[in-house]
Amino acid sequence: MQVLQLTISGLSQGCIYGLIALGFVLIYKATETVNFAQGELMMLGAFAGLAATTWLGLPYWAGVVLSVLALAAFGLVVERLVLRPILGQPAFAIVMVTIGVGYVARGLVTMVPGVGTETYTYPAPFKDEVFKAGGLVIGAEHLVVIGTTVVLCAIMFAAFRYTRIGVAMQAASQNQLAAYYMGIPVRRLNGLIWGISAAVAAVAGVLLAPITFVHANMGFIGLKAFPAAVVGGFGSLPGAIVGGLLIGVVESLSGFYLPEGFKDIAAYVVVLAMLIGKPNGLFGETMRKKV
Amino acid sequence: MRYIFKTDYDQDIRLFKHGGQKFWYGVLGIVLAAAPWLFSEYQLAQLSLIAIYGIVGLGLMVLTGFTGLVSIGHAAFLGVGAYAEAILAARGWPFPVSFAVAVALSAITGVVVGLPALRVRGIYLAIATLAFGFILEEIITRWESLTGGNSGLAVAQPAAFGWKLETAPQFYYLCTLLAIVATLAVLNLLRTPTGRAFVAIRDSEISAQSMGISLAAYKTLSFAISAGLTGLAGALYAHKLRFLSPDQFTVLQSVELLMMVFVGGIGSIHGAFLGAAFLIALPQAISALAPHLPASLGSATGLQPTVFGLILIGFILFEPMGMFGWWFKARTYLQLFPFYRRGMFRRQKSFQKSDRLR
Repeated sequence: MQVLQLTISGLSQGCIYGLIALGFVLIYKATETVNFAQGELMMLGAFAGLAATTWLGLPYWAGVVLSVLALAAFGLVVERLVLRPILGQPAFAIVMVTIGVGYVARGLVTMVPGVGTETYTYPAPFKDEVFKAGGLVIGAEHLVVIGTTVVLCAIMFAAFRYTRIGVAMQAASQNQLAAYYMGIPVRRLNGLIWGISAAVAAVAGVLLAPITFVHANMGFIGLKAFPAAVVGGFGSLPGAIVGGLLIGVVESLSGFYLPEGFKDIAAYVVVLAMLIGKPNGLFGETMRKKV
Repeated sequence: MRYIFKTDYDQDIRLFKHGGQKFWYGVLGIVLAAAPWLFSEYQLAQLSLIAIYGIVGLGLMVLTGFTGLVSIGHAAFLGVGAYAEAILAARGWPFPVSFAVAVALSAITGVVVGLPALRVRGIYLAIATLAFGFILEEIITRWESLTGGNSGLAVAQPAAFGWKLETAPQFYYLCTLLAIVATLAVLNLLRTPTGRAFVAIRDSEISAQSMGISLAAYKTLSFAISAGLTGLAGALYAHKLRFLSPDQFTVLQSVELLMMVFVGGIGSIHGAFLGAAFLIALPQAISALAPHLPASLGSATGLQPTVFGLILIGFILFEPMGMFGWWFKARTYLQLFPFYRRGMFRRQKSFQKSDRLR
């Protein structure tokens, strides 16, 4: 029974990792860069939602919508201002720029006088409700996280596979130049995917906020989402969720059964084992260039 | 305008290309040697720190700048070197021996970390090193019998054979000397077949492999050299700080080290030291400017990361060669004097090439 309870709490934590990893994977799938600022985008999303509900007095759901819209706009702006000018530069230069964006976002939030350095609780209608089933306890906020993650993942998966834009994004990610020649507006697609990914980050932010607290450093959880994305195979949307769940469960179980300290590094041990054993992840595709 | 007429193949790999360089590096050497008389003790301490970070920069430059492998876990190597030195110094080992052991230990750690590099590349490698960074940080925190854990570890002064480096100038000379030796070693490495193999791997793994370069051997070697240099810097760092705790070797520190080489100029030896000077000078410049800013802005804790982030973004957007790029462009301008064209360093418009196919 204990194992089951631990697994359930691991799964709900894993869904958060999966949601953040979903943002990584979206950007990686479409532009083949990794956004190290994903955690910070999530933090901004949580703050935007918080601002909408507490200061504007809007109901929770309106706050969520507002936060998602605000972050989508923010993602578009970031892409236009700092990522488009360096399109085609070495991959790690782009990664460094996203690290810089993360630093600036975190720094700016802390600089807002009287707001940025505090820690807030996030009010949500379903907060503190629990469901009990045969001795197992699960919080409503965890159920909401799980449900939203599954739905978002399904929508994104379908969008990538069946819509024209999704297929165009896949083409652009495999060969930008060829995609450009085929008449695909590569730059506009990149902007779009940054907007979508920031919106997903906002969703993750407003879902995580009721479970933990809202503060400027909550974006560091993004560092735990990397292992999730890698385990699932970067570039695979269902993989991100499965990877997130796996990491969450391993973390929760190792926190209970292994000595203190293993909980924090469990995710990284798993990802190293994965990289050495099966570098492309669970669902990653293997391709090899022929010369 | 300077024109070097080459009459000998050795001229291509000579360390000093012409008399001007000999002169200016000579001046630099004299200034560095006379620094204890020229600068205050505080400035001397800062110079030692620049030398230490410069050695880290050299290590990262070998790995990231010349072999094209990215590490977001270099603070862990710094930590391995620092803790090895602190523990051995406490046992009374003479510092040349304990430095060598610290370097060797870091290099071995580097080989272990480099193992995934044989199978993965690009962003996956970055994440593997990130994971190693977290794990090593946790090991340092938890292995309390050896490292003192979160309560920290005091470091003795460097001593060897009854001779103690106690004063700031002595320590400064040690740091500078080791930095110069490390620089010459890396410069030499780069003109050997090994260094050329590194650069070939950076530019194209497939063509390097086709030329008969063993990717596995050279990538591991690059990791070992890079980690060894960082371990050397770590050993000096331990004596500089005099007190070690695990929170000095976090992943954030690794990211800052990476920023350092990017701001200094990726792929140049000058860049390592320019970046180190930047990393040391920026917090001081910010705290010097803070009183002149509005109170709400100047006292904000977020000021430093914001400025860091903005500078990093600015460099990558407008000056991908980093601070070295400024110097390089100025030099080119003078060398070509009337013939410098504005578009000479303009970036070509390009689209991203997929890294997924390998």
